Amino acid sequence: MQSFDLETEGLRKLNVSLHAQSNDTNQTAWEITNPKGSHAIAVGLDAPIEVTVLGPTGYYCGGMNKQATVHVKGSAGPGVAENMMSGKVVIDGDASQYAGATAHGGLLVIKGNASSRCGISMKGVDIVVHGNIGHMSAFMAQSGNLVVLGDAGDALGDSLYEANLFVRGTVKSLGADCIKKDMRPEHLEILKCLLAEAEADAKPEEFTRYGSARKLYNFDVDNASAY
Amino acid sequence: MCGIVGLFLKDKKLEPELGNMLTDMLITMTNRGPDSAGIAIYGNDADGNSKLTVQSDNPAQDFKGLKKALRKATGVKISVTKKDTHAILEMPTDDMTKVRSALKTIRPDVRVMSAGDTMEIYKETGLPEEVANRFDLRSMTGTHGIGHTRMATESAVTTLGAHPFSTGADQCLVHNGSLSNHNSLRRKLRRDGVTIETENDTEVGAAYLTWKMRHGSTLGEALESSLDDLDGFFTFVVGTKDGFGVVRDPIACKPAVMAETDQYVAFGSEYRALVNLPGIEDAHVWEPEPATVYFWKH
Repeated sequence: MQSFDLETEGLRKLNVSLHAQSNDTNQTAWEITNPKGSHAIAVGLDAPIEVTVLGPTGYYCGGMNKQATVHVKGSAGPGVAENMMSGKVVIDGDASQYAGATAHGGLLVIKGNASSRCGISMKGVDIVVHGNIGHMSAFMAQSGNLVVLGDAGDALGDSLYEANLFVRGTVKSLGADCIKKDMRPEHLEILKCLLAEAEADAKPEEFTRYGSARKLYNFDVDNASAY
Repeated sequence: MCGIVGLFLKDKKLEPELGNMLTDMLITMTNRGPDSAGIAIYGNDADGNSKLTVQSDNPAQDFKGLKKALRKATGVKISVTKKDTHAILEMPTDDMTKVRSALKTIRPDVRVMSAGDTMEIYKETGLPEEVANRFDLRSMTGTHGIGHTRMATESAVTTLGAHPFSTGADQCLVHNGSLSNHNSLRRKLRRDGVTIETENDTEVGAAYLTWKMRHGSTLGEALESSLDDLDGFFTFVVGTKDGFGVVRDPIACKPAVMAETDQYVAFGSEYRALVNLPGIEDAHVWEPEPATVYFWKH
């Protein structure tokens, strides 16, 4: 176990040390103390390592992650796991706005609530939120799965492309071109796997699926006056 | 960007530490707003007096002999406490109007930053730490206070462009964001007789609240209607004599974190601003909802 005190050693040294890890590193477990809401903790990792952050983080924790597992034992600030490519980011507390934004792959688990714009423009990531999500979540989401055990805020999935949105609770309102869809066996299978991986206590059958009505995909001359 | 911090004390034991705690929070928000900083602090109301916070670009000249000159002009016994470019004028509440009008005549360049029973506003350009040192913010005591670090977007970096802005007696406003309809709203408010001194968007926001309250709204109602009438991005924190409030625009892209314990309610643009508060590990920490007015009162 590598232990790192962020308060005394500083952010730059931390990220340089983490970036220095290769695919076959034997320093696979890292523990970061005193994060105190600092920005850009464990950003840009690209090695199969496990990083545990003991406390709340600020902006962009775990951003651009590849391969690594980042576990925050606290809450996360805006843009957690933004543009993640692979690996796993787990937040024990709440996540602030635009969690998992534009992320291409990997799994983001938020055990508390996520605020606005969760999964905005997601491009393949899987996101599981144990609590609720805020307004404008999955805005322009392109692919991947967003699973919400609680409720969703206003304008869920506005201008959605091909991401799957699964909500167990209520949806305050759906955004433009986002509609309720049938749950097919393959969706139940996706949910079963994601719920297990995210240690979420819920049954796939309890969820409702939302997706794109695909009406905004192409220019429609009848809408010309709206531009 | 901009940074906001706020602290509303429930536990009287913390009151001597208010300036110290707020200053730490303010300095933590330096990289959100290194241009200017300001603070509104609500002190003790035991003396029954009212006070004006005044500011001058030329304090050596303007504040020299000010006490005597005001006394001569008004016959009112006034105390003057100088703090760098600012001074606090204390007087019996009934004499406030008389003193203000005399001040306008004998020191036309001196600006009134705030008026009220307990609130004092200090703000200047420069790094938050420097501003805090100039006014000795750490030594201040009180029941609640609001601070702001500014990264200017809508108008120049000047003392008058810094926050907080006063919206009325013992009332102040700080803002993170940018208002996009401030020019048209400024014209409208000026036509209705509201004085607005700068090209700053937040001053228009503050003037808007003042104007609504002049027409009979409570502060809470004025904040509610700001959600319809102000266009743009805003997280507002407002202070009143006995409370403080928070409102975010419906999009809510300007960050806000709150923490509450038995001892205090605290606001920060980021969690970083709250990390050194006592008992923060066990505090209830949450993000205020968009388009929702929050208020705490003593």
